[in-house]
Amino acid sequence: MARTSTLEQATATTAVQAMPESGPAAISRRTFLTVSAAAGGGLLLGFTLPQLAKANGAAAAPLNAFVRIARDGIVTIIAKSPEVGQGVKNMLPMLIAEELDVAWKNVRIEQAKLDPVYGPQFAGGSFSTPMHWDSLRRVGAAGRHMLVTAAAQTWGVPAEECETSEGVVRHKGSGKTLTYGELAAKAARLKAPDPNSLKLKDPKDYKIIGQPLPGVDNPLIVEGKPLFGIDVKVPGMRHAVFQKSPVVGSRIVSANIDEIKALPGVRNAFIVRGADDNGLPDGMSVTVLEGVAIVADSWWVAERARQKLKIEWAENPIATQSSKSFAEQAERLSKEAPTKVVRKDGDVDAALGRAAKTVEAAYAYPFLSHATLEPQNCTAHYKNGKVEIWAPTQMPDRGRALVASTLGIKPEDVTIHLIRCGGGFGRRLANDYMVEAAVISKMQGEPVKLVWNRTDDMRHDMYRPAGFHYFKAGLDADGKLIAFRDHFVTFGEGDKVASSAEITENEFPARFVDNLEIGMSLIPLGIPTGPLRAPGSNGLAFAFGSFMDELAHAAGKDPLEFLLEVFGEPRVLEAPPPAFGMRMPPFDVGRARGVLELVREKSGWGQRQLPKGTGMGVAFYYSHMGYFAEVVQVTAGPQGIKLDKIWVAGDVGSQIINPSMAKNQCEGAALDGIGECFQEITIEGGSVVQSNLHEYPLLRMNQAPPVEVHFRLSDAPPTGLGEPALPPAIPALCNAIFAATGQRVRKLPIKLTDFRIT
Amino acid sequence: MAAFTITVNGEKRTVDVDGEMPLLWVLRDELDLKGTKFGCGIAQCGACTVHINGTPVRSCVTPIAAVGEAEVTTIEGIGADPVGKKVQEAWLELDVPQCGYCQAGQIMSATALLSKNAQPNDKDIDNAMSGNICRCATYTRIRAAIKQAAGLPTADSREV
Repeated sequence: MARTSTLEQATATTAVQAMPESGPAAISRRTFLTVSAAAGGGLLLGFTLPQLAKANGAAAAPLNAFVRIARDGIVTIIAKSPEVGQGVKNMLPMLIAEELDVAWKNVRIEQAKLDPVYGPQFAGGSFSTPMHWDSLRRVGAAGRHMLVTAAAQTWGVPAEECETSEGVVRHKGSGKTLTYGELAAKAARLKAPDPNSLKLKDPKDYKIIGQPLPGVDNPLIVEGKPLFGIDVKVPGMRHAVFQKSPVVGSRIVSANIDEIKALPGVRNAFIVRGADDNGLPDGMSVTVLEGVAIVADSWWVAERARQKLKIEWAENPIATQSSKSFAEQAERLSKEAPTKVVRKDGDVDAALGRAAKTVEAAYAYPFLSHATLEPQNCTAHYKNGKVEIWAPTQMPDRGRALVASTLGIKPEDVTIHLIRCGGGFGRRLANDYMVEAAVISKMQGEPVKLVWNRTDDMRHDMYRPAGFHYFKAGLDADGKLIAFRDHFVTFGEGDKVASSAEITENEFPARFVDNLEIGMSLIPLGIPTGPLRAPGSNGLAFAFGSFMDELAHAAGKDPLEFLLEVFGEPRVLEAPPPAFGMRMPPFDVGRARGVLELVREKSGWGQRQLPKGTGMGVAFYYSHMGYFAEVVQVTAGPQGIKLDKIWVAGDVGSQIINPSMAKNQCEGAALDGIGECFQEITIEGGSVVQSNLHEYPLLRMNQAPPVEVHFRLSDAPPTGLGEPALPPAIPALCNAIFAATGQRVRKLPIKLTDFRIT
Repeated sequence: MAAFTITVNGEKRTVDVDGEMPLLWVLRDELDLKGTKFGCGIAQCGACTVHINGTPVRSCVTPIAAVGEAEVTTIEGIGADPVGKKVQEAWLELDVPQCGYCQAGQIMSATALLSKNAQPNDKDIDNAMSGNICRCATYTRIRAAIKQAAGLPTADSREV
């Protein structure tokens, strides 16, 4: 269950550089601090990762810094990672500010651009918290140490006699004080301490960590100030649209370029040839697919001209692919032995043979689109072999590599500004739109802002792969789960599984059933796939979480009790092996039980008399190092299903860093999971059928039930919240529908109007 | 191309564009008012919501030629309206946004609701707000912030 998701694999290139041997905690051991005097007498405090700096040929002492203290005491803290709505622009600076011991009201936050001095800069895998919890607090503590040392030297007293509070150093004996602003210049001349020698605060003394601090960009958001990628404006900029083939990756036979060029307001139109190695079908690697670019002085003029565009596309072998044929192939493969054994424990056939009861079920879920509300876009300015890019991206480093290789320039000649993303959900871990903008700017010879329309966005996504699960399980006479088998039919070719279509050997209930097999078979796919929020987990949770509920009912047991029974006594399992240089924490059964107990208590599970037609469903899922149990209550009536409420119980360690965003993320993730239950991308003739939001429903206000979020604190270091609350919402809803109606949801999407009772 | 003079946030602005150009793109690319957002282009998501004479409309499907003498209010100007100001403040107090991309449209729809109905119930909120998608699903907080701006208790009264 401690999964290595596709997202983690995708981030591996970045992560491995920074953490060659071990996991989240490793960063601080490799961290050394550098200080320098800021212009105007302030203190610049930075930290860098020596190996990374060397690898990138950067100087050891970076000019970039995480912390800048001005004479007036205003502290500027750099937000290193991309902000996609997960709140890291607040959360990461909060870690520094806490240990630096400054007042949050005196903190100003600046967004970093892509620069190796900051270490890994990506937004994915819910990694920001576990990767930075230790290292960024130490950055703050080192700053405090130097300011205290500077004060002690000024007064000629031992540093131990000094204390700090909200940006002021005080000598306990004399009561003398100096502000950080007054000390900054002197502190900047001191040698930085070894960050690992520093004592961090006792959590009970926290003044910033644990406070519900509102998003730093909120005032700009509510006033509609330019903030997002689509809002970028640079001097001399043109606007571009880019038409690609609906059948992904097709080449152009001919296009009416001259006719388009002659349209009013059109500056230019040209064919962009697709890269020979275009990355397909790995969504994370896609560079340039062939298409026609239209450039104009405003986006709408370019967009309108596109309606006159006529392109003849070359034949494409993937035009034979369809959702219907995938389902038929899955059905056929399910009758054969899996081509790959993921896990095999005990003897499943023998255990099934002696089982008192066996249960068999097939589950299926569709492709999904990310549908970030801000469509993909990027502004690029190519000039003299260098390119400057303004991009809403979750993984700028990878974007830089793809741009450099596509344009044939050096990575250091690609400058990337990290612009706030209007949603990410994993879509912007791919950088295809960034590469397109760079190529179009180069061909146009001017700065260009490329904005996709919604149809581009929906038909050129890196889809959450569909999946098919063929389960069979056995229960003994006491209703104990003694055998479990999943034949997972997914996508890929040969040994290569499509991006985000994997399953690991630890998928629950693996390790909790003596006789268990997980096998895989692969269907070739030409459509690009990639990570969608809680990748892998968002599909697996539906199938496994629902089938476990079926087993509970077959065993005649309360579904929540059944899960507790399968987990057994609290214990810590052996940690899974490090994957891609990341050390993974062990699975703690006590924490899993803890969130199940918590959600039982908060939802009144089994305690409330429910009217006819009302049912509650429960599910547990562990992903991204977070333990989540969720209960959904629904009521079925003559019109179909109405969602009454969701209860979320999560354990992400010892500390909730920013309770406001933490709660917001959990509410949003649970509702996102609910929304996914109604969505489907279908493939016909090698292209995506859905073209816009009228065919791909996103959850709306009137469909969003109340959500209650509760955290259980445990001893483990804090981990991330962008994703783990999503997966269990899906099976919890489906299990609630079963409880209310007796009808089992084995295939997504669902229509709530299909489940009626009178 | 033709010259159109429209009133945006109380100011007369003249643009020389095709009459079919949607108000959204006039605001964003011609008048450099970037607060109104493009999401779908077919009036499905509400990110482009502005007020025309106080009524919320989807500017992505409103041609500039159809605007005429009407008063256009955008997110950049809504704070001049006392109700709009209260809504913005409630959004800040309750820390509503995640990514924030849809919130301009949400605030415009919420302001229009509260201008007509100072004490909306949950059903009223559903009716007024269901044309605005929040992909991050901050619906719990949007609902609470509307109630806060109305001076109502913010707890979810739909509790089971």
